[in-house]
Amino acid sequence: MARLLYIELIKTFLKKRTFIGFAIVAVIVPLIEIAMKLEGGRFLQATTRSLQQDFFLVGNLFNAWLVSYNMMNSLWVHIPLLISFVAGDMLAGEATAGTYRLILIRPVSRTRILLAKYAATVFYTILFVFFLGALSIGLALPLLGRGDLIVFQHGILILPESDVAWRFLVAYLLAAWMMLTIASLAFFFSSFVENAIGPIVGTMGVLIVSFVIMSIPVELFESMRPYLFMYYTNIWQKVFHDPVPWETLWKDAAVLGAYSLAFLGAAWGIFVRKDILS
Amino acid sequence: MSSDVILQTSNLGKHFKRRWAVRHLDLEIHRGDVFGFLGPNGAGKSTTIRMLLSLIRPTEGDVFLFGHSLRTQRQLALKSVGGIVEKPDFYLYLTAYRNLEVVGALNGGTTKRRIFEVLDLVGLGQRAYDKVKTYSHGMKQRLGIAQALLSDPELVVLDEPTSGLDPQGMKEIRDLILHLSRAQKKTILLSSHLLHEVELVATRMAIINKGELVTQGEVKKLLDEGEKYVLLSGEPKKKLELLLRTQRCVQKVEEQTDGFRLAMEFSDIPQLTRTLVRNNIAVHAIIPRRSLEDYFLSLTENDGKL
Ligand SMILES: Nc1ncnc2c1ncn2[C@@H]1O[C@H](COP(=O)(O)OP(=O)(O)O)[C@@H](O)[C@H]1O
Ligand SMILES: [Mg+2]
Repeated sequence: MARLLYIELIKTFLKKRTFIGFAIVAVIVPLIEIAMKLEGGRFLQATTRSLQQDFFLVGNLFNAWLVSYNMMNSLWVHIPLLISFVAGDMLAGEATAGTYRLILIRPVSRTRILLAKYAATVFYTILFVFFLGALSIGLALPLLGRGDLIVFQHGILILPESDVAWRFLVAYLLAAWMMLTIASLAFFFSSFVENAIGPIVGTMGVLIVSFVIMSIPVELFESMRPYLFMYYTNIWQKVFHDPVPWETLWKDAAVLGAYSLAFLGAAWGIFVRKDILS
Repeated sequence: MSSDVILQTSNLGKHFKRRWAVRHLDLEIHRGDVFGFLGPNGAGKSTTIRMLLSLIRPTEGDVFLFGHSLRTQRQLALKSVGGIVEKPDFYLYLTAYRNLEVVGALNGGTTKRRIFEVLDLVGLGQRAYDKVKTYSHGMKQRLGIAQALLSDPELVVLDEPTSGLDPQGMKEIRDLILHLSRAQKKTILLSSHLLHEVELVATRMAIINKGELVTQGEVKKLLDEGEKYVLLSGEPKKKLELLLRTQRCVQKVEEQTDGFRLAMEFSDIPQLTRTLVRNNIAVHAIIPRRSLEDYFLSLTENDGKL
């Protein structure tokens, strides 16, 4: 199995497509952070000025942690798109290239090939989210300085700096877990089409429809929300609550995991039966 | 089944949407055969080969490789089989070496030495570290064969390996197939839509048309069975006919629009030619023909839609 995973990683990481996501993040993140730096606290000052009068706030609230926190909030559309680029190509790319005919005639079960491909997808997704995290924090710290983290969720919460780093670590883990569900969806779409456009469009379509359902305040839709995996997009934000609602967090993470497994299972069901006609 | 039968299909069939692409197919390939799998375009050769290599699932019937059913013992069945189906496709952004590494991993591992052995065999050793993107069609075709040989399989399945090649390229592949058969004792299944090509390398063959088996057997026997005749045209026609009718080696002369159809042994052709030339006949054409050839030509001329 290690051998199969190794060749899947080679195939994935020698492909240009894989680096599109990394390249875009490597441009966007510095761009946003430099813009933040130049525009400076103005963005925050508007919101904090009134607070500053009511509370006794010290130090630099417009800092690396806040910018990184907001970064995660604002990229929820872009990251799934970039991830579906790679995950959606995992299987469909072999159909497009005609290379299914090369690999699926070997004496290895399709199940093992599928699992190796899924493992490569997991690896890519985690690497990508942590690349985003490391770049975002790593660049922001020297650029914008440190300080306490102010978060606006159900009111205002100020987390002392000493209490922040581990929350980011867990948050990125949860974000990766969430993105894995999206990657699994793209992987599933990838199992029954012949090129990667379908999975990318399909994944984005599901995202958009989910968000429409979630944002229209109709009772029917509201009752559907807990069943949509996109409902848990912001799962990582809960790490910045105080105290952290661990119980809900685990439950949400379990739902996401179940979705990922279901998508993988569906992809498997299709892949092992599939007639290779490409 | 005898231990010498290394590939057998029983009542193999594949149904697509509204029609059978292959049906009631019973093939038998023996150890050491160069087996020609002949049929016009669209006859069902590639569909059959896809089933043999487990790319598509038969609608009915089964394939037995080395006595193992492809339905129930796929991995065992495919262990000693290598192949290439339709056009040779690779990871274009990887080097030939890496492509073979990928295939090797799926075979349970390979070595650098083995990769270079097969690359050298097909004449690509010098281009091992070039991306396949830079390869010509002929080079990809040869890399396809290298890939099929990587695990040193007993049975090598090649689907129209000379398609799209120039005559020189076709000859190279033919020589390679003969080398594999004679020097390396491989059993080879070779599909083609050219009888002439199969005749040059194959020991046994099957003809398939519209998805069904037409005939199967030793190439020599199949070619010798049925009628053999010679088509001859020359000038002046009157004198030529007279001369032909007096030759002992010619059993029958039939006049046709553009010449004569002669019933005779092919081995007598040189002697007849000499006689004609000596008698100042201008010979335009002298073509040995066999009924199997005619039959096969009629299939291809109608594009298989007889
Ligand atoms: N994916 C498919 N769907 C429907 N029909 C197909 C498909 N692939 C092949 N066929 C049909 O099956 C028949 C056999 O095709 P094929 O095996 O490619 O022939 P060959 O390799 O002998 O040229 C053809 O009539 C072809 O149109
Ligand atoms: Mg074909």
